[in-house]
Amino acid sequence: MFANINWADIGQASLDTLVMLAGSLGFSVLLGLPLGVILFLTGKGKLLENGPAHAALSFAVNVLRSVPFVILLIVMIPLTMLLVGTSLGVAGAIPPLVVGAAPFYARLVETALREVDKGVIEAAQAMGASPRQIVFGALLPEALPGIVAGATVTAIALVSYTAMAGVVGAGGLGDLAIRFGYQRFQTDVMVVTVLLLLALVQGLQWAGDRLVIKLSRR
Amino acid sequence: MISFQSVGKTFARAPAPALRDVTLEVTAGEVFGVIGQSGAGKSTLIRLINGLERPSTGTVTTDGEDVGALDAAGLRALRRRVGMIFQHFNLLSSKTVAQNVAYPLKVAGVPGAQIGPKVEQLLARVGLSDQAHKHPAQLSGGQKQRVGIARALANGPKILLCDEATSALDPQTTEQILDLLSELNRELGLTIVLITHEMEVIRRVCHRVAVLDAGSVVESGEVAQVFLHPQHAVTRALVADAAGLGAAATPGALRLTFRGQATYEPILGRIARDTGVDYSILAGRIDRIRDEPYGQLLVSLVGGDIAAARERLVAAGVRVEEA
Repeated sequence: MFANINWADIGQASLDTLVMLAGSLGFSVLLGLPLGVILFLTGKGKLLENGPAHAALSFAVNVLRSVPFVILLIVMIPLTMLLVGTSLGVAGAIPPLVVGAAPFYARLVETALREVDKGVIEAAQAMGASPRQIVFGALLPEALPGIVAGATVTAIALVSYTAMAGVVGAGGLGDLAIRFGYQRFQTDVMVVTVLLLLALVQGLQWAGDRLVIKLSRR
Repeated sequence: MISFQSVGKTFARAPAPALRDVTLEVTAGEVFGVIGQSGAGKSTLIRLINGLERPSTGTVTTDGEDVGALDAAGLRALRRRVGMIFQHFNLLSSKTVAQNVAYPLKVAGVPGAQIGPKVEQLLARVGLSDQAHKHPAQLSGGQKQRVGIARALANGPKILLCDEATSALDPQTTEQILDLLSELNRELGLTIVLITHEMEVIRRVCHRVAVLDAGSVVESGEVAQVFLHPQHAVTRALVADAAGLGAAATPGALRLTFRGQATYEPILGRIARDTGVDYSILAGRIDRIRDEPYGQLLVSLVGGDIAAARERLVAAGVRVEEA
């Protein structure tokens, strides 16, 4: 049944996927969260309303989001070289993964912030809070469940992005599935990798949901 | 304490101005009510006081500051001296009761060590000491508004703004919150401005009232005067809802208004007996405006010496009007 399976390869691929996921999710949140906050704050009728800045950021985010990830992997190569010294392997995959996922996460953060009751922000303003105090004291704590849920969705999207990272030789489970399971007709490898990916996605969603429930106080 | 000088406010893309030529004065230590139907401009008016809105024309002066001329830092400093509570409480759902009350103290830069005791003291003031570690979702509406009040009082404001603060509460809870507001007014000398669409709220707690209609103040003055002898149609409609004296008017009926101790004396019966007049009561209400008792009766008088009866009523301190 599992004649073609090399468990050492599977182990290595799983590890690669996890490293790519952890690295790219971390940087995506690090970049996407502030970007989402700025997108929200500069929006119409918001605390730091700024039409041109909002339009420019929004456009940049849309451009990045409309480039297919496979293309992004390739056009990013010079920048990736500059950032991590190589365009290959797990390290070479992380910059394009971040550039692909951070704008997506920024939009999810912006949406989560929009869900915060306007009255709560007005109350903070009426207390004499500065924009910085409102963001850290009211806006982010109130939107935290949505921000975490957004990170879960982003993590799952990143799992499927990593499948394409094989193009730059990053390995990972998705790459294994394509090269062995698909191109060499090794159905057993396909089944095992897909099951592992399924378990990973399920685990991420479960953990994310648990965290959101723990954080929700409504 | 607060003054509006010919204040107008027009919002971009709005067909009509939200406020036009509003002039009013709130003196220190009073409870000032603004009543009007929805859309009359009440919310805009109260938000001009702490600069959540800026006037389009005219000047708003709050605690000595020209609100429209303040820069961002000046506005924040003013807002720390002016508390505000809201119809929907606007508490941070992610934080506990104690953390909600601590937030304005942190905003004002109160040192961490002083925050805990201050929060305890504020929660005791509003009767919520035992709820400190709950989240707002676990509280009743009245309790949420008490948290809102504790939060608004955190930085020791001179002024408290109440934006429809009891409109989301049931009548009994409304009463408790209004009692608390009266108490704060008396004991802390807090100047309170409240907006509402309910005459009952005005009657219970306010010293003076302004009636707002379509952005203009159409009537203002001492609450007893405005409540018992409304002049403007809008005021009459608001009072009629509260007093139930509107519909029963019949030709020749008189409206008798008793105030203070006279409310409890058998004036009408005695005068009717002496002058041989028969009376029938068409409608009436005996109640209080703040702490002052009043009675208002709609009566029709039949037979006897009606003119003499009217004279004696007036002499006894009863205000007599054609209904």
